[in-house]
Amino acid sequence: MNGKVAKEDLDSRIFDTLNIILLIICTVVILVPLWNVIISSFSSGKALAEGGFIFWSPEFSLENYRAVFNDQGIWQAFFISVSKTTIGVVTHVFFCAMVGYGLSKKYIRGRKLYVAMGVITMFFSGGMIPTYLLIKSLGLLNSFWVYIIPALFSFYDVVILMNFFRNVPDSLEESAKIDGAGDWHIFLKIFIPLSMPAMATIALFNGVGQWNDFMTTKLYITDQSLYPLQMMLYEIIVQSQTQSMQNVGGSAVIETTTKGVQLATIVITTLPIVLIYPIVQRYFISGMMLGAVKE
Amino acid sequence: MDKLAVEPSTGKNTINPNGKKPVGQRVKAFVVDYRRQWEIQSMIIPGIIFMIIFCYIPIYGLTIAFKNYTVIDTLATAPWVGLDNFRIILSDKYFWDAVVNTLGISFLKLGIGFVIPIILAIMIYELNSGRFKKFVQTVSYLPHFLSWIVLGGMLITWFSTTGLFNQLLLSLGVISQPQNILLDAGKYWWIATLSDIWKEAGWGTILYLAIMAKIDPTYYEAAKIDGASRLRQIWNITLPNMRSIISLNLILTVSGLLGSNLDQTLVLMNSQNRDKAEVINSYVYRMGMSQGDFSYATAVGLGVSIISVILLVTANKITSKLNDNQSVL
Repeated sequence: MNGKVAKEDLDSRIFDTLNIILLIICTVVILVPLWNVIISSFSSGKALAEGGFIFWSPEFSLENYRAVFNDQGIWQAFFISVSKTTIGVVTHVFFCAMVGYGLSKKYIRGRKLYVAMGVITMFFSGGMIPTYLLIKSLGLLNSFWVYIIPALFSFYDVVILMNFFRNVPDSLEESAKIDGAGDWHIFLKIFIPLSMPAMATIALFNGVGQWNDFMTTKLYITDQSLYPLQMMLYEIIVQSQTQSMQNVGGSAVIETTTKGVQLATIVITTLPIVLIYPIVQRYFISGMMLGAVKE
Repeated sequence: MDKLAVEPSTGKNTINPNGKKPVGQRVKAFVVDYRRQWEIQSMIIPGIIFMIIFCYIPIYGLTIAFKNYTVIDTLATAPWVGLDNFRIILSDKYFWDAVVNTLGISFLKLGIGFVIPIILAIMIYELNSGRFKKFVQTVSYLPHFLSWIVLGGMLITWFSTTGLFNQLLLSLGVISQPQNILLDAGKYWWIATLSDIWKEAGWGTILYLAIMAKIDPTYYEAAKIDGASRLRQIWNITLPNMRSIISLNLILTVSGLLGSNLDQTLVLMNSQNRDKAEVINSYVYRMGMSQGDFSYATAVGLGVSIISVILLVTANKITSKLNDNQSVL
């Protein structure tokens, strides 16, 4: 009997050790490339041209960041990114919460039709070209509002909020109604404060989406003063790609400078997300579960 | 039923739920109710208007796939051409190249990328130490938050001749001459697949971990007493408990097979690897937005979404057969 238990213990310990080793490898595979990008962005042009380092740069320098920050475009792009993300998130969450609250009431007239309309939008869409033609005819091309208005609504988020509102006890609403409160009052003063966790989760996902979105700009914006950081970065990448293609006889100095600028822009573009990430991390899991539990 | 009792407006209607009243009366009842509920209805109306404008008008706009739309036309004046655009698609070599690439990359992503999050989730679940567990989770979620543009820029740096990737292979002695594999069309499918897995595998574990947290621990205790090894426990307890969520994920993945990542392709495609990198979505983008052939691009997009819906329905049928006729959708 003792021998059997000991053998199981040994098996189990081998399993644990292998498991930990494999997971350490996984984290290394994720962290080393990211670390390499960060130290490369702080490397001098000479170090970048020679390359050949993985964990530590032979020559540190701030010249890449100086070049990026001296460019007026990056400040403008940062401003656009920040404003489209904040305005976009606030309006999206409020709009979805409003519709979700309305639809969470089972007694409303026409509810079945509304929900059916919403579900259809989850599976069918007009796709790229008809949407482009619509945006064009609405006069939203080259307008800041193209970042905000088409992104106001997502039926998926409406469903999540709707389910959340439904779990709030009915008695709260009833007692408020007896006190003479209207639906808008109940929604704004009672349900919104109670639903902060659900709304924070949606705000987080939507915020990351807004910050990372680049297709909207690529499709609808040609005015450079409306470019967000992602689009700036894309332009730099395309530019450096074409340069390295035509590198025959081309200037290596220019190439390493664009590479440095590209790396610094990558770090700057990602920094806000990485800074917010640890603060909001605990919301992810509850948020994913909210999304998964649908009736 | 409680809900109905609370709401005075519906109290009157519930007497006759079968709708046996004459139409006129029912319309009248609807109007009366609607006006009584106007405050809550006013919250829904903006959503309905939004859906009509931004979802249903573009769906109606799909009709340009059956028209010959040019810049001088409007949607209404463009002449109908029936299935002409679809006929051209069938003989379009570039379209079929894009289909082959889309399917190639998607099946690689499905074959490898679907299993890895499951394995990773089980590995994380089996960890005892709280601190290390949290660290692994934090690190593995992180790449999900990078945009494809950022990751594309990083990949270009890593794969450059002086970059991380070549440096590692050189020092390990795998290669003798640095080479930029992003310019190697033959390797593009693997780059697209593996970079996608690197980005999303950790994120994919969240849902699985949440489901595993709900498994009754007494199952494991009982298995331990019976002398089942750790692998045996995973096979006989953990995996069966995740069956329905795995099928659900599989259905959603299969229905998305043809919608390969547009951002990824746009940033990683270059003149050298184009033949292997062009996917259906980037082809639609190129035909429609760059070359202005709106009708043709819409026809391609429409064809793809029809096939996607068929895939969704088929996958749902197959998995429900496998799951004792219980449909997951």
